[in-house]
Amino acid sequence: MDYIVLAISAILVNNILLAQYLGNCPFLGTSKKMETAVGMAFAVVFVLVMAGLITWIVNAFVLVPLKLEYLRTIGFILVIASLVQFVEMFLKKSIPALYAGLGIFLPLITTNCAVMGVCLINVNEEYTFIQALVSSFAYAVGFGLALILFAGVREKVLLARVPRPLQDTSIALVTAGIISLAFYAFKGMV
Amino acid sequence: MIEALFFMLLLGAVCGLVLSFASKIFYVWEDPRIAEIENFLAGANCGGCGFTGCGAAAEAVVKGKALPNVCAVAGPEATTSVAAVMGMDPGSSEPKISRNPCEGGDRAEDKFYYNGVNSCQAVAAMFGGKRTCDVGCLGYGDCVSICQFNSIRMGEHGYPEIDEFSCVGCGACERICPKGILSVQSMSERLLETNVEDAALAPCQQTCPAEIDIPGYIGSIREGNYEAAVHIIRERNPLLLACGRVCPHPCEDYCRRSIEDEAVSINQLKRFAADYEMNSGKRLPISVAPSTGKKVAVVGGGPAGISCAYFLRRLGHDAVIFEAMPKLGGMLRYGIPEYRLPKKTVDWEIQGILDLGIEARTNVQFGKDFTINDLLTEGFDAIFVGQGAWVDYNLKIDGEESKGCFKGIDFLSRLSGGEEIPIEGKKAAVVGGGNSAIDCVRNLLRCGAEEVSIVYRRTRKEMPANEVEIEAAEHEGVKFLFLAAPNKVITDDDGNVTHLEYLQMELGEPDASGRRRPVPIEGSETQLPVDILITAIGQQPDMGFKDSSDKLADLQITRWNTFDTDPETLQTNIPYLFTAGDAATGPSLVVEAIGGGRRAARSIHQYLMGEEVKAPEKSLFKRHIEESLFTEVPGVVKKKRSTMTELSPEERIKNFEEVDQTLTEEEALAEANRCLSCCRLCYTPDLDKLEKDVA
Ligand SMILES: Cc1cc2nc3c(=O)[nH]c(=O)nc-3n(C[C@H](O)[C@H](O)[C@H](O)COP(=O)(O)OP(=O)(O)OC[C@H]3O[C@@H](n4cnc5c(N)ncnc54)[C@H](O)[C@@H]3O)c2cc1C
Ligand code: SF4
Repeated sequence: MDYIVLAISAILVNNILLAQYLGNCPFLGTSKKMETAVGMAFAVVFVLVMAGLITWIVNAFVLVPLKLEYLRTIGFILVIASLVQFVEMFLKKSIPALYAGLGIFLPLITTNCAVMGVCLINVNEEYTFIQALVSSFAYAVGFGLALILFAGVREKVLLARVPRPLQDTSIALVTAGIISLAFYAFKGMV
Repeated sequence: MIEALFFMLLLGAVCGLVLSFASKIFYVWEDPRIAEIENFLAGANCGGCGFTGCGAAAEAVVKGKALPNVCAVAGPEATTSVAAVMGMDPGSSEPKISRNPCEGGDRAEDKFYYNGVNSCQAVAAMFGGKRTCDVGCLGYGDCVSICQFNSIRMGEHGYPEIDEFSCVGCGACERICPKGILSVQSMSERLLETNVEDAALAPCQQTCPAEIDIPGYIGSIREGNYEAAVHIIRERNPLLLACGRVCPHPCEDYCRRSIEDEAVSINQLKRFAADYEMNSGKRLPISVAPSTGKKVAVVGGGPAGISCAYFLRRLGHDAVIFEAMPKLGGMLRYGIPEYRLPKKTVDWEIQGILDLGIEARTNVQFGKDFTINDLLTEGFDAIFVGQGAWVDYNLKIDGEESKGCFKGIDFLSRLSGGEEIPIEGKKAAVVGGGNSAIDCVRNLLRCGAEEVSIVYRRTRKEMPANEVEIEAAEHEGVKFLFLAAPNKVITDDDGNVTHLEYLQMELGEPDASGRRRPVPIEGSETQLPVDILITAIGQQPDMGFKDSSDKLADLQITRWNTFDTDPETLQTNIPYLFTAGDAATGPSLVVEAIGGGRRAARSIHQYLMGEEVKAPEKSLFKRHIEESLFTEVPGVVKKKRSTMTELSPEERIKNFEEVDQTLTEEEALAEANRCLSCCRLCYTPDLDKLEKDVA
């Protein structure tokens, strides 16, 4: 039961993109086309789960025993960046088909603050390993959901008459704000 | 503090080690050239090239899917460097240019308003995007906003105009246009393009066997840009001087103007542009794609062979023409008479084509002086055979081999070859009703024959020769004997022909072709006194070379002795052997041979490039777009068409001087103004033009 609550809160209530406003650059950059948005969503699920787990392990077995918690942020950056590189190489060699699908998005996630944010949340909330797993996965799903919804809306915005000064990114930010407001309706659900 | 430093160093070292091991373990061989090329690209990851980032673009270059000039941002130096990495000649990057054939909706300045939307993509998504016709421009300028190089602007008529100088050919406009009208093509791609169902084509362009952009060149003439007109014609037809003189212009039959008024004099305008170049004293440069190193043998130097060699050369292949006669030109030189197409014009035109770097070997006959084995040994990658149709049909009557009897093509080619045939003061008759028969009689008159008659089985209405030609022969005083079928040739004791005996015919039931069949009247034998008798009742190709090599044993031939091929690809059942012209279609027209030569060059190009040889998708081959054929054309104000000046009949039969003269500049401009600049559905009515003039 706890896990379900955790998942729902991560996907909807505390949605990483719309409630916490992390990961803004892929949110705007890869949401112009549905196809790219879907690719990006899957890449994030993949990387976030891996990153969540590894950083949890690093934190629990290295940083805490050595009493070096204050190095968390800088350490995590290093670990996540290396991890993404590693995954990229691994996929290229072992699962070329998956690499072809996700390849161009992987480097974009290297420095993604949504990934970093979730890893830090996991640690701050003092989640257990399983909880960290569920939360990383759920946050990633929330990311994908928001991104795909947003891409759908943006494709529709194309059909609308937008005043010239507001075109493209400006109207996208306005739209994002409105969707985010809609997500506030989930507040207090859990 | 110290621990922190140590820890970070350690963590860094661990990550670095893991990654370096991983890069060993998970190493995938990648062409080193990819990284090298990527260094030369702009690194902007802008996608202007159409690939997902610079890395993908570099990979595409290495895989041969993109040219060294792929990067839309980096300049020519980058192109040179990339080409050097690939070991290519930097020139091998043919520039691509965007082109817009649509002149915009119904030619009005109005911008189309659908509720609330202002992008072509949106309009297309919501309403199917039909403005005037299915393929036409919507006029919202998605292409204008996508272009990163400011090369497209909305013209004053509400359709996008492309600045060819700043266009880098990135292809962004082509991809964004929901109607697919903008096309970003290199010269080679343009040369290979054929009429397709969803293209923006005027009725005349649909009809032209060579598929020339007729409204395009007429438009250039109207603007006084005669050189541009020549270039437009040359993209489809290298023999514009010849065609401008002898083409029976099937396009004019479909001219939209002819529905309300006389057709535009399309061919006269072509001749005007072509003559402009010749008389200007200098040849316009013709661009040629970088060499591909492939070699093609072109057998037969008639219009089909010349056209095929010309297009192959422009596509970057090497072509060598093998010709049986002493000079190139085929029927242009040896069939069509001097007074219609002067030899010096043919010479000038052919020289310009050979100057592109085409080798011509004359006086060598395929099947006798050389065989297909010789060509293959010499290293030709493909072979084109366009030997024309030079074997005259026989009348199959007694005495037709007597002295004084000739065959049409034999007679004309000997005359053109400069042979002296005693004709002066003699009585001559020509059997047949086609263009060759007419050419024979008009030649005979000019050689001083005392009396010249045409003997034809059916009536004047059924004569296959062009109306203008028949009229010209009538004016020049040729006698016509209709409904007369030769029966036998009567000779004197020395075997010289003295009379042609023929049977009078009458018209019976219509036959399969819908023409009423002539039937002989019993006992109506009549004798016509003649000293010279020429049979010109049609020809067929000579397939004699087939026996010269067992490689050709399986070659499929139709019962008309032509090559049995797909009429669109013109590839024979021997994959490296292609054909076109009269040898493929049976006796036809010069433009038909030229169009065929280009199609064959297209197929040969596909074959040489290792692609599947196939006709284009949605090909419009010899058909029309139904919606573009109108029954009425509002807004046309009747205006007489400019007629060319011709020499008077009395004057012209004295010598071989060219009968028809070129339009003057003034006449040409007036004629060009009669063109409605048609597309599929749109056209510019005269009334619009008048209004503009007033304004
Ligand atoms: C008298 C006459 C008048 C015509 N008038 C018109 C006209 O007004 N308008 C019009 O559009 N069309 C006209 N035509 C038709 C037109 O000329 C032909 O359709 C056109 O020339 C066909 O071109 P081609 O290249 O297929 O063949 P050709 O022009 O016949 O050329 C074939 C070439 O191949 C060469 N050749 C043949 N055999 C061999 C061999 N074994 N080895 C090497 N070389 C070989 C020949 O010498 C010739 O040069 C006329 C035809 C004739 C006969
Ligand atoms: S009016 Fe001009 S464009 Fe239209 S069919 Fe005639 S020649 Fe072609």
